[in-house]
Amino acid sequence: MKENEKPEKGKQIIEEAAQAEYKYGFVTDIETEVIPKGLDEDVVRRISALKGEPEWLLEFRLKAYRHWLTLKAPTWGHVHVPEIDFQDISYYAAPRQKKAGEGPKEIDPELKKTFDKLGIPLEEQLRLSGMAVDAVMDSVSVKTTYRERLAELGVIFCSISEAVKDYPDLVRKYLGKVVPYTDNFYAALNSAVFSDGSFVYIPKGVRCPMELSTYFRINAAQTGQFERTLIVADDDAYVSYLEGCTAPMRDENQLHAAIVEIVVEDRAEVKYSTVQNWYPGDKDGKGGIYNLVTKRGLCRGDHSKLSWTQVETGSAITWKYPSCVLMGDHSVGEFYSVALTNNWQEADTGTKMIHLGKNSTSTIVSKGISAGHSQNSYRGMVKIAPKATGCRNFTQCDSLLLSDTSGAHTFPVIEVGNDTSIVEHEATTSKINEDQIFYCNQRGISTEDAVGLIVNGYAKEVMAKLPMEFAVEAQKLLSVSLEGSVG
Amino acid sequence: MLVIKDLQASIEDKQILKGINLTVKPGEVHAIMGPNGSGKSTLSAVLTGNPAYTVTGGSVEFYGKDLLALSPEDRAHEGLFLSFQYPVEIPGVSMVNFMRTALNEKRKYFGQEPLSAADFLKLMREKRAIVQLDNKLASRAVNEGFSGGEKKRNEIFQMAMLEPKLSILDETDSGLDIDALRIVASGVNTLKSKDNATIVITHYQRLLDYIKPDFVHVLYKGRIVMSAGPELALELEEKGYDWIKEQVDSQQ
Repeated sequence: MKENEKPEKGKQIIEEAAQAEYKYGFVTDIETEVIPKGLDEDVVRRISALKGEPEWLLEFRLKAYRHWLTLKAPTWGHVHVPEIDFQDISYYAAPRQKKAGEGPKEIDPELKKTFDKLGIPLEEQLRLSGMAVDAVMDSVSVKTTYRERLAELGVIFCSISEAVKDYPDLVRKYLGKVVPYTDNFYAALNSAVFSDGSFVYIPKGVRCPMELSTYFRINAAQTGQFERTLIVADDDAYVSYLEGCTAPMRDENQLHAAIVEIVVEDRAEVKYSTVQNWYPGDKDGKGGIYNLVTKRGLCRGDHSKLSWTQVETGSAITWKYPSCVLMGDHSVGEFYSVALTNNWQEADTGTKMIHLGKNSTSTIVSKGISAGHSQNSYRGMVKIAPKATGCRNFTQCDSLLLSDTSGAHTFPVIEVGNDTSIVEHEATTSKINEDQIFYCNQRGISTEDAVGLIVNGYAKEVMAKLPMEFAVEAQKLLSVSLEGSVG
Repeated sequence: MLVIKDLQASIEDKQILKGINLTVKPGEVHAIMGPNGSGKSTLSAVLTGNPAYTVTGGSVEFYGKDLLALSPEDRAHEGLFLSFQYPVEIPGVSMVNFMRTALNEKRKYFGQEPLSAADFLKLMREKRAIVQLDNKLASRAVNEGFSGGEKKRNEIFQMAMLEPKLSILDETDSGLDIDALRIVASGVNTLKSKDNATIVITHYQRLLDYIKPDFVHVLYKGRIVMSAGPELALELEEKGYDWIKEQVDSQQ
């Protein structure tokens, strides 16, 4: 009897393929300044002092810290976050940069090498034109490209630490206004200890001529990364912003608790894309990043638009709900998501669309893919305030199961406060089909490639929303992260 | 090119093929006919390596190679093609992307460089014409929203693209109106050469009016119980299968 005549064989190939290696698991050997583990008011003061912050920001941090002490970690997510010992984490780690060459803006060769290896070249002349990068390693931004060129247009793109120094009024005006430190447990923690992240300001009437992107890299062990990003698009402005992230392979879990705040003024538009590829842990569920993130945008202006696109393949645990508060009349919120979980990963992700403005509209397209023993949940809220008449929401929520041992769950909440608004919700759950795989096999396509094709086809609607530069990478990432898992 | 000896196969412990013997040479067209449930589709599934079936005995040689030892994709690379009775839909995967992947995998198997985008699209255009497949269909997702006839034409289009040595057409005529049948058959005839061969699995003589077989075999209860020239198909059309069934059943 022939081996490949057994039905189990297909399964087996897929399972083997599912153990694909995480490509970004290396560690950079660089001297890093790490403050001792533990968290108290002195640590908060120390972080603030290290960054040379003004008094008002220290106050903000301390208020957040004191509030955090009164909170408990949320347990409502369909994820199992073990009890985290917050005293066993170091809250600040900065790679010590050796200066290469004379120029003060030269970057440490070791760091440059790291980002080269990640496919994020930091030399402007070598880059494909059309994308500026802020590279963040552990707690600090190591380089922001194209700053000067963007400044000519009045666009501010720098690390948030620099923004605090150079544009204190702007930062103070917006920081914590979309996600207040009282918002939730991890938001309070982030507000107390946040280190670096990006700051973007697009002035009135400016269409940002290039994609802005931040690349987050965790390198140091036993540290947490608490980045903070603030994006403001003033009236009639437009920006497309991309975020990517990776981390080394380690047996212990690491915490990543970020906040992203976005403000969109009249007729302005922000497109925010994420390709999240934090280390997911090994095939037995050991190690990996806890990705516990609060992302929210305020469409404050009339006819403003915010579009979230995310491709989530990494992290041991993902808990994030990029949301839109649609305050302006005729404002538009969008959420396009592909969340792929494999092995023992858990993801609880979705969005909130809060309609406060009249005739505001929102679209939600969520594609969950569960393989191995993973759990994948969509959690969403569509809320239409009584006075927000004439609103529309369309939600499509699909789940694709690639194994018998994985789970797909949906937790939608819909609250409609008036009778002139229309809300639609569609949901499907499907399994990858053996017939589809065999059809591909018969045409000469291996099971591994077939699963990649099928899953990318399933996720196409979302992938098509990604900027070109990211789309190809994201497609490869889907195939690699999943490679297999039909059962 | 193909030598099947005493091939036996089962699905979920149910024995379907009970000893098939068949030899196919380049340039030949073989028709396999038979009543429902006789094992015709099982034979095509087993030859192409569908993992739902288990081979329980016998051997298959394809150009001297042990076909059964090859993975389904390697069988395809070696030149075996199945036109599916029920082509599956693969939502979101464009025909262009699908075909390009398939073709380049085959090239890789033979150590060739992938085809350039321009050459590939040119080839698509050429081969599309053979089955009068619309450009729009070729840029849509694999079989998604295709009519029955379009799906079958799409199968023959893929056959044209992959240039197999042995094509198995599994009930390619089912669900086709007469115009679609003509297009499909003329596509198959265009692709026919002295170096390739075709196995046509069908219930009806109708398709064989267009694709002329050199041999006709009757499959019944997992065995080939009768083989003859094209005249057998006409006889079956007229008399049905009952006389063969009776003949076989009385011998047992």
